[in-house]
Amino acid sequence: MSDLLEITGLTKQFPGVLANDDISLSVKAGEVVALLGENGAGKSTLVKAVFGLIKPDKGEIKISGNVMAYGDTAGVIAAGVGMVHQHFQLVPVMSVTENIILGDEPRKAFFIDRKSAREQVLALSERYGLEVDPDAIVEDLPVGMQQRVEILKALRKDVKLLILDEPTAVLTPLEIDELLGVIRNLANSGVGIVLITHKLHEVMEVADRVLVLRGGKAIGFTSPKESDEAGLAQMMVGRSVILRVDKTPAKPGKPALEIRGLQVLDDRKLLSVKGVDLIVHHGEILGVAGVEGNGQREMVEAICGMRHRTAGQVLVDGELTKDMHPHSVHAAGISHIPEDREKHGLVASYTIADNLVLNQFDREPFAKGWVRNISQVTSNADQVVEEFDIRTPSAQNLASSLSGGNKQKVVVARELSEDLKVLVAAQPTRGVDVGSIEFIHNQLIAARDRGAAVLLVSAELDEILSLSDRVAVMSGGKIVAIVDSKNADRNYIGRLMAGMKS
Amino acid sequence: MKQTKKSFDVGNWLIPAIAVIIAMAIAGVMMKLQGADPVGAYKTLFTTSFGSAKGFSATLGKATPLVLVGLAVTIGLRAGLFNIGAQGQLISGALGTAWAGYTFTGLPSYIHLPIAIAFGMFFGAFVGFIAGALKAYRGVHEVITTIMLNSIIMGLSDYLVVYHFREPGQLLTRTSEIQKSARLPFLFGLPFGFFIAIALAVLAWWVMANTTSGFRFETVGRNKFAAWYAGISVKRTLVTAMIISGGIAGLGGAIETLGVTYRFEPAFNAGLGFDGITIALLGRAHPLGIIPGAILIGGMRAGASNMQFVAGVATELVDLLMALILFFVTAPLVTRFFKNSTSKSVTGGWGN
Ligand SMILES: Nc1ncnc2c1ncn2[C@@H]1O[C@H](COP(=O)(O)OP(=O)(O)OP(=O)(O)O)[C@@H](O)[C@H]1O
Ligand SMILES: [Mg+2]
Repeated sequence: MSDLLEITGLTKQFPGVLANDDISLSVKAGEVVALLGENGAGKSTLVKAVFGLIKPDKGEIKISGNVMAYGDTAGVIAAGVGMVHQHFQLVPVMSVTENIILGDEPRKAFFIDRKSAREQVLALSERYGLEVDPDAIVEDLPVGMQQRVEILKALRKDVKLLILDEPTAVLTPLEIDELLGVIRNLANSGVGIVLITHKLHEVMEVADRVLVLRGGKAIGFTSPKESDEAGLAQMMVGRSVILRVDKTPAKPGKPALEIRGLQVLDDRKLLSVKGVDLIVHHGEILGVAGVEGNGQREMVEAICGMRHRTAGQVLVDGELTKDMHPHSVHAAGISHIPEDREKHGLVASYTIADNLVLNQFDREPFAKGWVRNISQVTSNADQVVEEFDIRTPSAQNLASSLSGGNKQKVVVARELSEDLKVLVAAQPTRGVDVGSIEFIHNQLIAARDRGAAVLLVSAELDEILSLSDRVAVMSGGKIVAIVDSKNADRNYIGRLMAGMKS
Repeated sequence: MKQTKKSFDVGNWLIPAIAVIIAMAIAGVMMKLQGADPVGAYKTLFTTSFGSAKGFSATLGKATPLVLVGLAVTIGLRAGLFNIGAQGQLISGALGTAWAGYTFTGLPSYIHLPIAIAFGMFFGAFVGFIAGALKAYRGVHEVITTIMLNSIIMGLSDYLVVYHFREPGQLLTRTSEIQKSARLPFLFGLPFGFFIAIALAVLAWWVMANTTSGFRFETVGRNKFAAWYAGISVKRTLVTAMIISGGIAGLGGAIETLGVTYRFEPAFNAGLGFDGITIALLGRAHPLGIIPGAILIGGMRAGASNMQFVAGVATELVDLLMALILFFVTAPLVTRFFKNSTSKSVTGGWGN
């Protein structure tokens, strides 16, 4: 029997980057192969080539023994391949149900049978433990929810080969566990799976084999049996990575960010932040732990002036900040790493250099009065790209040419390269490889040590626990507890997050 | 290497060039089918407009308002706005300028001309402002409002000329002639307005590429969510863009009035504003790219009647050409524009 997927000698050259260099990989039925590699190593490029979305310069792709041609995505789908893209392929103005059934709609005569479509979606969501609102419009949904829609869409049809490009980056821990379970079950029933992720424990949990890419080259195969997390990280990055954060105790100073009685509505006009009081001091990292959808996103947006505060105040160094006015909030000293980097963080058709000054472009040294100082923008970019190890042949390339994790690094670098008073960091390491996570974590701690107040919101409890000096647990739109991270107990916090009283 | 995104990329200009060639080929076939001689017709068309100094001067005269309306539409496109209303803005400007041109008397040229031009720009800008404000503060799509404003302004200007501003004792619907002091002169045998138009296009290009205002425009045009996050006032930018766009279209009307028609007559300016859309798209929404497009189309307009006279091909051929060019140039361009400006053809995800 031939392999389900057989890639031989695949090579893809982008201007200035050899994204895939003579890569071969085969996947058998019932096997889970993890693709591991740094940001920009060429993982997405490889799977996009399999799906017929990228034209390889050399090499051959066979699915169930048949050679696949570039551009024939319909043929690839017909051959039983399902793919969850790193960059969502959803229609923003359509509902969740419409998106999931798109391409194969249940019909009644000439019309779409909306009722049975909706039921199908509900059944699907139930079956795989991925909760979605079938009637919500996709563009109103937070990225985590959109990701669930993508996954459900891929799982709706019976696939032989399932390709998942960072499906877990924006899911909650509980959902990740469910998804890993689904992956195992599918594999046991004979589906071949290619999984891309930066979370090593996921690889350890579900993968049968691991292919490590670095700089476009296949470094080699390994497996969870032969290796451990540290070993995988070393193989990816080419050096040993400290997976634990080293930090000295905080020396908190005066209150920097004060939130008083904050109430905020969500997109559906329901109260989602129900009176939050928080103080973050200079020189301290306050982590907000919580299951996604408990008001963290709305709280962050309201603090940063991007969402109306129905009640309450936000102060920086004792000064009130304006509601719904990102510009003055930023001027007051709040920097913000936004959760949705594609929507808020980047202008895809701008150069990396312009993106790196997106919220400072009209200030010294990047502008003198009315005139932009392009040479400063350029030298700033060259320096930041170097410092933050953003993988690109030139800072003058468009942001859209970057790999997912490198886009994230651009956003993080922009906010961290300023002299910080207060930093609100929402999911700062999402989609970033282990080596860069280490770097970003060190940068956050360095900012703290220079006196910045950091409000860290993350879906990764490990990240919260290892970075924060104090941990606030958010549940049901309220802060239900604040604990010192030294005596923080993982299980206790987990129970609080789930809404249980201690 | 410094400015990849703004540098001149030959590939970018291939689509407009091919669009023009295909359009001319198709129009040629149609002429042939009608029994006319396409080669002769094109030869007459282009030798008339580009073959002599006098012809070229006429071409640049025709091109002048086209550069300006093309620029007006371009400024809108840059900020993510599809200003279909250049026609209405141009007419408002032309009427305002004509009024100032014949009403004020006894002024020296160097005062009268700027005043008359300012009138034109003001009225054009005001019409743009209405559409911009409705977009920014009421969320009404500018394509709808500008189309509606076009109709309103056609009607309103007819009414005003018939009942209020008609030349005394005149049966035709037209205003009095502007004073001699408000006429635009010729410079080196070329219409003065052309120099204004080119200077403005260069200025617009420089502003877009080098100033913070230009960056604000571009950012709002490419991703308004990121612009808002970055502290740019999206609403104010949209209104400003429409004011500038309308003001430039109004300037087009002003210069046409002061340099060519010397009065306002509703039929004079028909269609100029719509040519602006074709030219902006032909110029790939680049402030300098519109200049060759405007000269090409200005040349076609300038040579059309001689072509009819010599080759017996109706002047409407030029309209056919325009329509074909628009058709072939928009298909790839509009999709790109909408994709870039909203980046919402698919939702954002986690990378590429
Ligand atoms: N359309 C493109 N144009 C130019 N370069 C590109 C393009 N797409 C990808 N690249 C480059 O190819 C390389 C590989 O990108 P790819 O998206 O495959 O990385 P990845 O391994 O998926 O990274 P990540 O973990 O960050 O998602 C990167 O250096 C990227 O900048
Ligand atoms: Mg990727």
